[in-house]
Amino acid sequence: MSRSLRGNAAIVGIGNTKRWNAPGRSPFDQLQEAAILALEDCGLGLKDVDGLFCAVSSSGLPVLNVAERLGLTVRHADGTMVGGASFLFHLQSAVSALEHGLCEVALICYGSNQLSAGGRLVSMPDPQPYEAAYKPRFPISSYALAAARHMYEFGTTRENLADVALAARAWANLNPDAFARGPLTREEILSSRMVSDPITRADCCLVTDGGAALVVTRADRARDLAKPPAYVLGTGVAVSHRQIAAMPDLTTTAAVESGRRAYAMAGIGPAEIDHVMVYDAFTITTLLFLEDLGFCPKGEGGAFISSGAIAPRGTLPVNTNGGGLSCNHPGMYGLFTIIEAVEQLRGACGERQIQGAEVALAHANGGVLSSQATAILGSAATL
Amino acid sequence: MSTDPRFDGPGPDETWRSALAEGRFLLQQCRRCDTCRFPPALVCRGCGSPDLAWKETSGRGAVYSSTTVRDREGNYNVSLVDLAEGARMMSRVESVDPDSVHIGMKVEARIVHAPEPLVVFVPAKGDAS
Repeated sequence: MSRSLRGNAAIVGIGNTKRWNAPGRSPFDQLQEAAILALEDCGLGLKDVDGLFCAVSSSGLPVLNVAERLGLTVRHADGTMVGGASFLFHLQSAVSALEHGLCEVALICYGSNQLSAGGRLVSMPDPQPYEAAYKPRFPISSYALAAARHMYEFGTTRENLADVALAARAWANLNPDAFARGPLTREEILSSRMVSDPITRADCCLVTDGGAALVVTRADRARDLAKPPAYVLGTGVAVSHRQIAAMPDLTTTAAVESGRRAYAMAGIGPAEIDHVMVYDAFTITTLLFLEDLGFCPKGEGGAFISSGAIAPRGTLPVNTNGGGLSCNHPGMYGLFTIIEAVEQLRGACGERQIQGAEVALAHANGGVLSSQATAILGSAATL
Repeated sequence: MSTDPRFDGPGPDETWRSALAEGRFLLQQCRRCDTCRFPPALVCRGCGSPDLAWKETSGRGAVYSSTTVRDREGNYNVSLVDLAEGARMMSRVESVDPDSVHIGMKVEARIVHAPEPLVVFVPAKGDAS
């Protein structure tokens, strides 16, 4: 087991452009700004970066594009592309590369102009001929099929799903940087336009622009940098399919495996997590990941959520930035789960701050519940 | 050429498409563990063996999950169908109101031309569910 990697690396710098609607800026503009912000955050410079990890929807050669623009001369790179979970795959890869001396300063970065470029998900050259002919709404119908099956097996309701969106909005209303703020009612969500049953417009994440970046170093170097390090206590990744028809069981995701690996490395379980970020591309994904990561039993996600547990003043703070549903969702949101987790561990979250947050779990999803990645981060007190 | 004869001939996608064009709906079945798979590939999903045989499906199945896509041009069904042989595929259930398609519904395959040949499903005769 990879228990020996626990706490050996740390996230020392974070960059978030918070430019959710920025016409005239390309995905690489957003990415470069985030990279600069992340390096300035920890007091390092572009010349220090020797490991580059990135993925974007609009380019098949992101490492080359980013290295050229930022003038990086990297000796290690990883452009793994598994959708929105890519950046947590990158984090695991960076932890390993740092441990083995393949690089000293790892930069993980992303940028998107999804909203200002027209609001459509950039379609990658990855045709799926066995599904495309039936015209599922991509990617919504795949998640709708998972939601429908969950409702059938466990009696989950549209009201349960609406309560995910309500909790996200309540958190967003405490975050001045969230894109969607203001009052929202269960009735408004339930009467929102149906897109692919049972998923309505209000069950879907936002479409925004944005850029985010992390700087990761070994723990011994992290202690000398500008901000309190967020130590990487555990990581785990898993892949299960590409097309939704190939997912073995639509009610249980590979987050079970990624979570088990991350918990094992960190040496802790769900009861010891103070703060949770799960990729909420759709309301059903929050529910599935809370179950699969062990925060409630399988099939009880609906009741858990509708009890108010994940909303402000609930028992488990989840998606405290407002999530993909109400804060931002620039195409591939995964990196933003880490950004918020680090901010919470730093105690930098203002009105939405979780008092005494020492251990945070960030979980990201890619494709159509296809790739899953979990990271557990901790403050210095957890080492 | 010293190629491996086990992989000679057209690839699995091409074999499947050609059969469908002739009105045959094929699945691959593993000669080692009997697992059926769809879509086609070079190895068994169950055990990893490359020794796969083609077989014609019964065309019978049941809806595993289902959604109605709400479209300006008209609503339509998208379903995942579990075939009797054990493989699962995306398709649609036709000839009934999309909203009446439900999980567990027994269905039968049809090949339609739209204009490319396509496997769709209709409710099975005598389905009382």
